[in-house]
Amino acid sequence: MRNHDTIAAIATGTTNAGISIIRISGADAIAIADKIFVSKKNQKKLSDVKSHTLHYGTIMDGESMLDEALISVMKAPNTYTTEDVVEINCHGGIIVTKKILELVLINGARIAEPGEFTKRAFLNGRIDLSQAEAVIDLIHATNEQAVKNSVRQLNGNLCKKIKEIRDSVLRDTAFIEAALDDPEHISLDGFTDTLKEHTEKNLKEISILLKNAEDGKIIKEGIRTVILGKPNAGKSTLMNVLVGEERAIVTDIPGTTRDTLEELIQLKGIVLRIIDTAGIRHTQDTVEKIGVERAKTEAEGADFVIYVADASRELDENDEAVISMIQEKKAVVLLNKSDLSMKITKEELENKTGKQVFVISAKEETGMDAFAEAVEAMFYSGLIDKKEEVFITNLRHKEALLEAKISLEKVLESLAFDMPEDFYSIDLMNAYQMLGEIIGEAVDEDLVDTIFKEFCMGK
Amino acid sequence: MDNKLYYYESYDVAIIGAGHAGCEAALACARLGLNTIMFTVSMDSIALMPCNPNIGGTSKGHLVREIDALGGEMGKNIDRTYIQSKMLNVSKGPAVHSLRAQADKQSYSQSMRKIVENQPNLCVKQGEICEILVENSCVTGVRTYSNAVYPCKAAIICTGTYLKARCIYGDVSHYTGPNGLPAANHLTDCLKKLGIEIYRFKTGTPARIDKRSIDFSKMEEQFGDEKVVPFSFETDRNSLNKEQVSCWLTYTNETTHDIIRSNIDRSPLYSGAIEGTGPRYCPSIEDKVMKFPDKERHQVFIEPEGNYTNEMYISGMSSSLPEDVQYQMYRSVPGLENAKIVRNAYAIEYDCINPMQLKPSLEFKTISGLFSAGQMNGSSGYEEAAAQGIMAGINAARKLKGQEPIVLDRSQAYIGVLIDDLVTKETHEPYRMMTSRAEYRLLLRQDNADLRLTKIGYEVGLISEERYNHLIKKERLIFEETERLKNKMVGGNAKVQEFLSAHESTPLKTAVSMADLLMRPELNYELLAEIDPEREKLPDEVTEQVEIELKYSGYIERQQRQVEQFKKTESRRIPADLDYDEVPSLRIEARQKLKKIRPENIGQASRISGVSPADISVLLVYLKQN
Repeated sequence: MRNHDTIAAIATGTTNAGISIIRISGADAIAIADKIFVSKKNQKKLSDVKSHTLHYGTIMDGESMLDEALISVMKAPNTYTTEDVVEINCHGGIIVTKKILELVLINGARIAEPGEFTKRAFLNGRIDLSQAEAVIDLIHATNEQAVKNSVRQLNGNLCKKIKEIRDSVLRDTAFIEAALDDPEHISLDGFTDTLKEHTEKNLKEISILLKNAEDGKIIKEGIRTVILGKPNAGKSTLMNVLVGEERAIVTDIPGTTRDTLEELIQLKGIVLRIIDTAGIRHTQDTVEKIGVERAKTEAEGADFVIYVADASRELDENDEAVISMIQEKKAVVLLNKSDLSMKITKEELENKTGKQVFVISAKEETGMDAFAEAVEAMFYSGLIDKKEEVFITNLRHKEALLEAKISLEKVLESLAFDMPEDFYSIDLMNAYQMLGEIIGEAVDEDLVDTIFKEFCMGK
Repeated sequence: MDNKLYYYESYDVAIIGAGHAGCEAALACARLGLNTIMFTVSMDSIALMPCNPNIGGTSKGHLVREIDALGGEMGKNIDRTYIQSKMLNVSKGPAVHSLRAQADKQSYSQSMRKIVENQPNLCVKQGEICEILVENSCVTGVRTYSNAVYPCKAAIICTGTYLKARCIYGDVSHYTGPNGLPAANHLTDCLKKLGIEIYRFKTGTPARIDKRSIDFSKMEEQFGDEKVVPFSFETDRNSLNKEQVSCWLTYTNETTHDIIRSNIDRSPLYSGAIEGTGPRYCPSIEDKVMKFPDKERHQVFIEPEGNYTNEMYISGMSSSLPEDVQYQMYRSVPGLENAKIVRNAYAIEYDCINPMQLKPSLEFKTISGLFSAGQMNGSSGYEEAAAQGIMAGINAARKLKGQEPIVLDRSQAYIGVLIDDLVTKETHEPYRMMTSRAEYRLLLRQDNADLRLTKIGYEVGLISEERYNHLIKKERLIFEETERLKNKMVGGNAKVQEFLSAHESTPLKTAVSMADLLMRPELNYELLAEIDPEREKLPDEVTEQVEIELKYSGYIERQQRQVEQFKKTESRRIPADLDYDEVPSLRIEARQKLKKIRPENIGQASRISGVSPADISVLLVYLKQN
């Protein structure tokens, strides 16, 4: 139950607007801002300034400057949420803005849920029902989809990884607790070494997850996605639709895309690194041939393949070549050019490829939603995955992971100070709870159940 | 039927059952000035200990101290009648130190009987209550088996394991309560008629063996502590000096396990003859062997039942196997080769209620004036029972006086955790207290139960003026000494540096406070006396608190911050008549649970399994809108 802590979020859109605003609300808002803000002229503290004032200075991440910023300080109760509110206006683009938000979170705020500022304004009596209606609808909608969402926010591998760490933490805690409850049966002698080893291992795993969660890394990597199809099937048009602007050269002459082009796109929040390839075609043209070879190589190394078939032409040997290439791959088929008269049916292509087929028109931009939803579903169900590495894309998850990390570090600290064993379980359970928040599982009776399952207790 | 009824004298409160819950409930009511009657199926079973011969233990010891801090009797009674005492977990942190005492069972029971029999305002009566009379959803009286009606304004059900009790071993089964006492066979039907949901639970007890038939030379002797700590904050330590008896430790072995495995089909637990749900914490030996096949041996504690008898309690080997198998099984254990069984081990099945039908005050949600406490509420253990007993007693009294109930929350007491768990979380087995269930356990220590609860006990009216004044003085001394240590600066002079190096502690570079030094793991309050000449002699109970609160201050402060968050959600009340069907967008599971449990506040609602944070948001928004 978290209706009283300090929350933060990017208040402006996530597009590359000139200025972004990070809003912080709650009792610790000003103290948190003070930790990361250095004013320009003098060393004034935001906690000392008057309400409803603007301050110019820099946002510091330790010793390094992140951005210049204007900060507005508004003290309770005359604010939107009726709590202390701080707004950081910065202009460093989306990556810097996200960094600043992370800094705010590390310093004690938590990420706001959708509509949470308005929810607070409403709960605190600042605005009336009619003003809050949209947000209330949002809260209701969120809840109606809660079950669906909790599963869908994570991909399969990540979920598995978190569960492994979580299980390990729970088993260690259960052992300590079993021994505390039944000291005459179960001894903790020598367990501190085991616990240290397990905790260090878990911390290492969490650190890797956190490192991969760095925005830069996600942006650089994404899911390696390759678009295949015979020349002039509409691959470049599709890519342009996905990217949202004209990037690839598009002509009606087959073979105008001579090299692979890379673009990062976000599809329903999932980052795809899309590689557009020259059309697969048996060719003698040297330049184009290199392109075709590269396309084949790229396809082999891809996490995910989008095969674009041209509905206006019969399937030919080039299509056969693509179909055989995608047999072993995670792939979907887009039957493009539905705006022209169709020579191939969806069913026909489904039978031939054994993959999901979506009828679209890249040119008219129709049929794209169903395709995007299918990609999203495949990702969250773990059908598409980054090879080996798993990573966190959601800031809320990242924040929980960070808290789990801090808790496990506290366990190591307690071990180093040689604290009695019962102190370890406090932070272990905290880590367990935080990891649970990522995969949408509450603590409930897990500990007691594990104690009884794993250890023979009692008189 | 009606014409046979006759009306007897009226009481304010009727307590049904005189076990550990019943005694505390009755004493609380009577001491708070209510005209109270307590019924028991047998005058010889008052405060009976039908299972293990000890009081306290991990987390249960905490409960006893809390009962005492509120003005209850259990702590004082075990202090009077203990025959061995031990503080468990002393090598661990102060939060998990737990006191456990072996009781002389007969003395324990007799001593409590003397207390209740001599308590003004309290009448103890032998008789089985068959019916609770209810009019317009309010309690109006109770009826005995002999058709006497005792009009009363409130009743507290403390029937323990007696309701439709059945004792079973092998294919032998008796419809009796524990120790062969008569079961109470009629009340369940009345409760069902009142619309109360009934569970059937099961528990068990091991055999009692004649001390003369045991070879103790094959066992390890287990002694009590030299310095005995009393359970009650009021007990004079000097009154505890007595010769303590020993317990003995031995182990089962592969032969024992083979005997059990080859006869498992004769265990009613496994043949299906027992339907009730048993506690995971007190598994029968057949459960231990079947569920943990890799374990080569299980511990067996041999505990005396008292100084008046040769019976020894074989802890760790409760069973429902047939008598002949019991003989083989016990006799395979080293030291028990020639064991003579005085009483067989048995399993017992009994009726209890689904405690989610209760408010946190332990009053039934649907029947005004009807309370329930103890094993009847699906808990296990003497201490859990007594803890509920005193709370039900206090709240019944407050109800009749027109006062708000006392509800301890999870940050105040183990009692709060116990009752909140019972009334909020689904329990499918007898509930046992455990330290891992208390999320704020660093604050809920057995050493500070008085600081947490005695003021409440005083306000309720169960704590004397004298005891209250003592507490206020203790609080003041703790505060003053803590402040002194925080402000007293220690410089790096030769004497201090020498002291530090003598205790393998890092020398000082700059001046620090005495409190900072106390926080070093290798130092403690007693040692620091050497470099703290201005220190005044303070009582141990004061210095103990000063030391713990300073030494673990980092951890304690963190828990206090968590408690602040917790308190905020606990203070958001939910109207008792809220129609959950009117709340839009609650998930079906959450709606069903909320309708069933009807939590009193947002905090309690958030602890119900199946109610998500998003459901809580929806609920908060709805409450605000309306």
